[in-house]
Amino acid sequence: MENGRTKVIAALVENKPGVLHSIANMFRRRGFNIESITVGPTEQEDLSRMTITVNGDEKTLEQIIKQMNKLIDVVKVSRLEPENIVTRELALIKVNVPDTRHRSDVINCVEVFRGRVVDVSPEALTIEITGTPDKIDAFLNLMKTYGIMELARTGLTALSRGVRSIRIDE
Amino acid sequence: MTKMSGAKALIKSLERQNVEVIFGILGGALLPIYDHFGKSKIRHILCRHEQGAAHAADGYARASGKAGVCMATSGPGATNLVTGITNAYMDSSPVIALTGQVPTTGANTSYMIGRDAFQEADIIGITTPITKHNFQLREAAEIPETVKTAFYIATTGRPGPVLIDVPKNVQTEVAEIEFSNGIQIRGYKPTSNPHPLQIRKAAELLAEAKSPVILAGGGVITSNASRELLQVAELLMAPVATTFMGKGSFPEIHPLSLGSIGMHGNPVANKLLCEADVLLAVGTRFSDRSTGNLDSFCSPTKKIHIDIDTAEIGKNIDVDIPIVADATKALKALRERLTKQLKKEGNSAWTKRVKEAKEQLNPPSKGASKDLKPKALLQKLRKLLPENAIVTTEVGQNQMWAALYFNALKPRTFISSGGLGTMGFGFPASIGAKVACPDRPVVDIAGDGSFRMTEQELATSVMEDIPVIVIVLNNSVLGMVAQWQRMFFEGRYSAVKLGSVPDFVKLTEAYGAQGFRVGSIAEFSKAVKKALKSNLTTVIDVPISLEEDVVPMVPPGCGINEQVGDY
Repeated sequence: MENGRTKVIAALVENKPGVLHSIANMFRRRGFNIESITVGPTEQEDLSRMTITVNGDEKTLEQIIKQMNKLIDVVKVSRLEPENIVTRELALIKVNVPDTRHRSDVINCVEVFRGRVVDVSPEALTIEITGTPDKIDAFLNLMKTYGIMELARTGLTALSRGVRSIRIDE
Repeated sequence: MTKMSGAKALIKSLERQNVEVIFGILGGALLPIYDHFGKSKIRHILCRHEQGAAHAADGYARASGKAGVCMATSGPGATNLVTGITNAYMDSSPVIALTGQVPTTGANTSYMIGRDAFQEADIIGITTPITKHNFQLREAAEIPETVKTAFYIATTGRPGPVLIDVPKNVQTEVAEIEFSNGIQIRGYKPTSNPHPLQIRKAAELLAEAKSPVILAGGGVITSNASRELLQVAELLMAPVATTFMGKGSFPEIHPLSLGSIGMHGNPVANKLLCEADVLLAVGTRFSDRSTGNLDSFCSPTKKIHIDIDTAEIGKNIDVDIPIVADATKALKALRERLTKQLKKEGNSAWTKRVKEAKEQLNPPSKGASKDLKPKALLQKLRKLLPENAIVTTEVGQNQMWAALYFNALKPRTFISSGGLGTMGFGFPASIGAKVACPDRPVVDIAGDGSFRMTEQELATSVMEDIPVIVIVLNNSVLGMVAQWQRMFFEGRYSAVKLGSVPDFVKLTEAYGAQGFRVGSIAEFSKAVKKALKSNLTTVIDVPISLEEDVVPMVPPGCGINEQVGDY
């Protein structure tokens, strides 16, 4: 990984069937690797926004962006510069804490990381945590000592800072 | 708005795109559309295999410069198109593929998309990586817009195949249909004008060049930029090499022509390209067969790369001056700029070197060879055919011999499967080319192995009265792989011998076409003349030695200037 950083691409795509398939297909066919991908609706009903994180050198990133641009259903593709973006990821973590003495330790950690306990059972706590992927990694490291029973991460989503935005000019 | 069925709307939409001909085979899922062919001025040519239909549409597109249309029914019909569509994709050919599909909905719910219905195939999923774009229609009202958009996408920017999948219920649905003009696709806006700054930089570099070489690719032909290419070449006095796909973009008998580069390129083209201080590459993607080993490909040379596809810039080789533009527009702009910039009177040292290299590496054949060897035969063929005759080739030795020894003089007269290397392409493509250009002779230079892969289209050629000439260089072997087994596997032949069946003359006659077998150059000439005069579908069987190699050759992994064997 160049500069030790994962690269982030944001794309506005047509909100219709088959678009995710054609993008995923292009990545597979050309041998590019998707680290994470998130897709969701935008402020414009007929557009979806994809945030794709990839791992590769500058040349690969350039090819990925060019090849994405060639897809007819991809309306706009931008590379997001790491220093100018806000990134977030959400994780749900089920931690094994049958021993009540450990529970308060875990809950303390959750508070420090500004997470929330969203479900409690005699054996386990389910925790919701939001933040940059680094923050989530750090929290997961802590939880390992108790035992992670189940983990679901959404993958990264991102926006540019300030007024800059990826929009299409109609 | 007019009320009509989806099938009728589709035919009307195709007519609005000035479609003259469709190559296809019908089937259950296309019956509503086929019901309209009798009432349309569009000619339907019934092929004998869908692969043939796709290649014929491709050949039509390349010969005419217009989109070629093929059609196949759902399931196996559609999957049989796949090789032809991939071929068109690799060579950037504007082919429209229309496929039937099982209904999206219906009273009989077991017979619909997603339920593994009879003759259902996920052709959208299958063709996503091999089309420029594809569509599945959901309702009849979408038809005019979709067809219009499909043709626009297929024929603009870097052309390529577009598939439209038409479920049967969309064909039968009666709806209010509106036909409109104008196109607006927000995710597709191909660049065509060159950036003036890049043109200026390129002109400056070329004006100072001591040994400039131009490399013309298939994009020059696609863009109809041959005239502009010739003007720039003559202005710079720069020799022109072509890629295999660029063959025909520059007249190969011109003093500045070097022929094509690559694995089986002309030695003088490979040699001089490596001596260039500035390379002007136009409409080429620097494929591996063209460049040989990339590490040694023109590494000290300054490179200018004109291409309409941004993604081709820097994909295979790094370039100094990229110009994303249509080849015609870029070459025009470059010529204008160069006319102002060029001060010196030619570059006599380089001109002399080019002339010497051509004399040394491409010596003229000594006298007329009487032996029935591919080189002599193809050189003879050139003399027998008019300048505007169209030649297609199959894939393998026949193709590379044609590239080396058959001079293409005009764009769109040399049609071959460059990217995918599809055996069986040449013959149906020749049928398509003949339909596009009925007044010009069309010849398929074939090998026996390739010809057999789509030979059933002889029936199409005969029954539809599309007379083409097939020259089968018959060595009873899969020649190119046999050559590689001789060269790189110590002569161990494995699964390459095809034997002496069928008798091509009898086979041809069985289809109602004429067949000749020739044993000498004189007999060959006679047969070609007879075929040209008769205007009948003709197969000329030319037995040649199984040991015949295509040389010169760049061994795999070597640089293009490390060619072995004599021209």
